[in-house]
Amino acid sequence: MSLASLDAARGASDDAAFGAFASRASLGQSALALAAGAVWLGFAFLTLRWPDIGDWGRGPELAWAAAIFGGLLVAGGLFGGFWPRAAKRLRRSTPWFLVLGLFFSLWQATTAKSTLLPQPFFPPPHAMLEVFIDDWAKLAESVAASIRLEMLGFAAGASAGFVIGVLLGWSRAFGYWAHPVMRLIGPLPAIAWLPIAFFAFPSSWSASIFLIGLTTAFPVAILTWSGVASVNTAYYDVARTLGASPAFLIFKVAIPAALPHVFVGLFMGLGASFAVLVTAEMMGVKAGLGFYLQWAQGWAAYANMYAALLIMSLMCSGLVTLLFKLRDRVLSYQKADVKW
Amino acid sequence: MVSAALKSAPASAGVEIAIRDVSHSFDLEGAPLPVLENVSLTAARGEFVALLGPSGCGKSTLLRLVAGLEPPTKGEVAADGQRISGPDPSRVVVFQDPTLFPWRNVRDNVSLGLEAQGLLKTSGARIDATLRLVGLENFAKAFPHQLSGGMAQRVALARALVNDPELLILDEPLGKLDSLTRLSMQGEIVNLWRRAGFTALLVTHDIEEALLMATRVVVFSARPASIKADIRIDKPYPRHRDDPDLVARRREILTLLGLDASW
Repeated sequence: MSLASLDAARGASDDAAFGAFASRASLGQSALALAAGAVWLGFAFLTLRWPDIGDWGRGPELAWAAAIFGGLLVAGGLFGGFWPRAAKRLRRSTPWFLVLGLFFSLWQATTAKSTLLPQPFFPPPHAMLEVFIDDWAKLAESVAASIRLEMLGFAAGASAGFVIGVLLGWSRAFGYWAHPVMRLIGPLPAIAWLPIAFFAFPSSWSASIFLIGLTTAFPVAILTWSGVASVNTAYYDVARTLGASPAFLIFKVAIPAALPHVFVGLFMGLGASFAVLVTAEMMGVKAGLGFYLQWAQGWAAYANMYAALLIMSLMCSGLVTLLFKLRDRVLSYQKADVKW
Repeated sequence: MVSAALKSAPASAGVEIAIRDVSHSFDLEGAPLPVLENVSLTAARGEFVALLGPSGCGKSTLLRLVAGLEPPTKGEVAADGQRISGPDPSRVVVFQDPTLFPWRNVRDNVSLGLEAQGLLKTSGARIDATLRLVGLENFAKAFPHQLSGGMAQRVALARALVNDPELLILDEPLGKLDSLTRLSMQGEIVNLWRRAGFTALLVTHDIEEALLMATRVVVFSARPASIKADIRIDKPYPRHRDDPDLVARRREILTLLGLDASW
């Protein structure tokens, strides 16, 4: 029994007009899933049966994976009615599956099958799959190195920026000395420090931590400062009449009140620090995804470059997601304005 | 549902507040703007004094001086003969806006003062009792953005009362509430005051509110504020707004404020 007929049966017992409508809607959903499945099966067939012009590995593996995925989509379209909750969750992605299948087919046709796109600059999908299967160890090692470097730099920069921001918001004397320095150095792109940092620090790795930290610290400091400065003065009045000490005013009033701003600063700092991370890895650090990218370019290994690029974007996106999750947790008292 | 804290309160309850010849001015772009002029006023222990006057006349400034949030330009404010030189948890303020901390839930907002004074660990029962006192025991875990205006102001009241204050300073605490919530909270505040016996200073624009709640109504002139009249209201509680005495007092105060011609 199909999803459509199952819904229709339920509808008939309800209300005739509404039942017909519901059945038409779920029929459309099933048709979409079937179409997406067909596209993926078509992609598998095209990959397997249309001979490649050049020599790229892992074609059959990709074809079989695509065929299994297409088969699952078809099965989902036919029998999704038996697992309504899972079907409902998958249904949101069906249009994406369909479009992705078309995209992969087009990519395959214009690269490995017809070389419409110039080779070797645009490798086919199964060349990328080959990289993931054969070079995963080196890729994983690069990801680990990149995350380690990024986290060390980001943590150092975020902590420094946070402390500077709180001090700027709280102490006039600190502001007098720190503000001009911040205005001078802050807007300078950290990359500009690169040549100096690489010889001033004992290793290019420690220099990179410094540069990532510098990039992160500036927006975090500015936003923390503005957060502390914009705290409603009535909060201080309330706390003071209840017997709060200056330390209580800083740690229990000013900082929690400023946290929404701090997270905006952290988000900006994180985004900016990715640019420094990749540049530093390309210019001097002998590890990480930036280094992998550079190395792949040296060998004209274009499939490796695209693979590294894809992993890099997943890594950056993942780190931003983590930050947003942390924010939602820490600021759970708020109604979130921006969903990531 | 009288809390343990409030049961023991009468022993320490109330403080005498003496405002002696106080003048105060703000610095407005270099020029001094006088807001209070030679104000002298004494509130006896356990009295409920309402300060009434036109908008912007400096009543709220007077409360800030009594709370110790600012020192007066001239004159002295004393609590039981001791000059007030800074804020103290024995004198707490309930502001017009509840100003709850949005990152703390209701219970943590109420416990703010105890936490600031390092008494948090020993006063769990007291916090719960105070929450019950204002009828919010079921909202302990709620966050401020989930509360109505009246509930938020009750939390602010609980946050003040949990410190077992000798002086409760009420700066138009009901000014922004809808009229029904307002009526019920006027009665609640009076009941709390009668139970605990603290001294209360209330700033309000609402003549009826002053007459219903206070034992004394002090009428101020326009800025710079000085005292125009000091009226004792010797009426038992609960008072009724149609009480002929109170109606007569209302007319008297309206005349003092120059509003007797209005309906």
